[in-house]
Amino acid sequence: MWLYAARRILYAVPIAIGVTVICFCLVFLAPGDPIQMLLPPDASQQDVEYLKKLYGFDQPIPIQYFKWLVRAASGDLGVSLQTNRPVFDEVTRALSNTVIISFGAVMLAFSLAFVLGTIAGYYAGRPIDRIVTGISVVGVSVPNYWLGIVLIIVFAVELGILPATGMGSKGSDDFSLRNWAQFKYAILPIITMSMVPLGIIMRSTRSAVAEVLAYDFVQTLRAKGLRELAVLRHAVSNALPQILAVMGLQFGYLVGGSILIETIFTWPGTGFLLSKAILTRDIPVLQGAILVLALCFVATNLVVDLIQTAVDPRIKRA
Amino acid sequence: MTDVTVGSDYRAAAEEAPAQTVRGYWRTVGHRLRYDYVTLFFALVIVLIVLAAICAPLLAPFDPLKTSMAYRLKPIGFRQFALGTDELGRDMLSRLIYGGRMSLLMGLTPVALATIFGGTLGVVAGFLGGSVNMLIMRTVDIFFAFPSVLLAVAISGTMGGGMATGLIALTLVFIPPLCRIAETATTQVRNLDFVEAARASGAPTRSIIIHHILGNVLAPVFIYASSLISVAILLAAGLSFLGLGVEPPTPDWGLMLSTLRQAIYVQPYVCALPGLAIFITSLSFNLVSDGLRQAMDVRI
Repeated sequence: MWLYAARRILYAVPIAIGVTVICFCLVFLAPGDPIQMLLPPDASQQDVEYLKKLYGFDQPIPIQYFKWLVRAASGDLGVSLQTNRPVFDEVTRALSNTVIISFGAVMLAFSLAFVLGTIAGYYAGRPIDRIVTGISVVGVSVPNYWLGIVLIIVFAVELGILPATGMGSKGSDDFSLRNWAQFKYAILPIITMSMVPLGIIMRSTRSAVAEVLAYDFVQTLRAKGLRELAVLRHAVSNALPQILAVMGLQFGYLVGGSILIETIFTWPGTGFLLSKAILTRDIPVLQGAILVLALCFVATNLVVDLIQTAVDPRIKRA
Repeated sequence: MTDVTVGSDYRAAAEEAPAQTVRGYWRTVGHRLRYDYVTLFFALVIVLIVLAAICAPLLAPFDPLKTSMAYRLKPIGFRQFALGTDELGRDMLSRLIYGGRMSLLMGLTPVALATIFGGTLGVVAGFLGGSVNMLIMRTVDIFFAFPSVLLAVAISGTMGGGMATGLIALTLVFIPPLCRIAETATTQVRNLDFVEAARASGAPTRSIIIHHILGNVLAPVFIYASSLISVAILLAAGLSFLGLGVEPPTPDWGLMLSTLRQAIYVQPYVCALPGLAIFITSLSFNLVSDGLRQAMDVRI
């Protein structure tokens, strides 16, 4: 197991390096001179020269990359063209807000999907299974940016019981989920965000439970006279590591792909930051946010894999 | 007496046997699909949506681009506007019919391109193996380190948006998963005995790939690609929603949803319509893809 863990961690290193290469290259994808992208339009010739030297734009691209990598590793991702604040601070502040709704969404999705998926897996092929499968298809097919608008129409416009957008008067400083006045701002984003993981976790729970129930040991459990609920408990605990892994990966997808939902709810997370950066062509923020999000995704995948190996002794991957 | 009985039994058995066992693969698939009413229904929905998009000039009651300040944001069923009007007084029904063109185009093209490029890369990687496989698949792994929305936004966001960059971004998003599916299928088939036999009997590499490998790889690749169409439609509309895809005033469901968002306090139901169109289309593609996978008995 330790051998596997070491190998898995080592395997993540080239991927992380590849991610930095892609993020570095993003600046070259942008139309126009990279220097102009990193400076406000009214920058003086002196500033341009200074930045050219600092970033080494007069040197070969591999050297530019290494210089950029060294700076990025020390937390220097440049300065936002809009706010003049360090990109690293902007991204980390936003990241905590994204994590709040992503975590809430994945928890909501998991608790619903786990119950419904287990029922569907137990009654595989019966009408209840079809209903649950139908719900999961709807979950992955619904455009969540549209669902967000529909929820705003119903709960904010028509009923007027929940706020439509934003994070409350206090903003993101000391946001607490225990404070109802603040928590109610997170409800609609969390529900909207939970749809895709709901569909996916439900589907994998259903197939995992149905698969375990077909094993021989389940037959044995029944033969020795265990009640059905106890049989189901055995089946679920066998399927659980797999389901938890799916849940972990979904959390990673939510944090990285929050842009549409945060744009609709103007939730000040990384997605909203990205969407603002796109509108204002703030390339340093764009690049920094994408880099941080992709690295978070790599780290989440790694942690999920390691936990799964530790929890489930059947996985002998070393 | 006995001879006759045995003979007739034998004949009866011979007549029955073909009906049970001899049915080709595609006939089995067709037979399964014929009784899968859910898949058939949603396939019909897709056909209707596609037909409506193709015949848009014949079906649309108004010009989708004609604005009218007098008829801004009218409700559903207002006079001649069956589905109301948008923020510039354009007829919603006509815009929704025309909008299907862009949304289908932006959803189907990247999947088709990615199937060709990703599939080819995957087959090459799987067939050649060794260091070529290593190089291609490890590069693909890096792209898997980006959630698909983030990758699409990263590429089209830095390139400055627009329809062409949106198409490029979405194609790049779908190449890695299709490449991986094709690679897995190819690697599995490559090591089977019949490929070995073909090689031993002197078949050239090209004909081994065309006759032996592709026949076994295409089914999983196509089924997987069909499941990506729904994702592509959602993502493409999402890019337009963010202002990174189709540009105004071209009617597109994602873009319409985005511009109408400002008006949800005035005409909430009209504003929800483009999203409903996206939802129905994506749901239909998802269910048909599921049905095809079950009928073709492909495990991905």
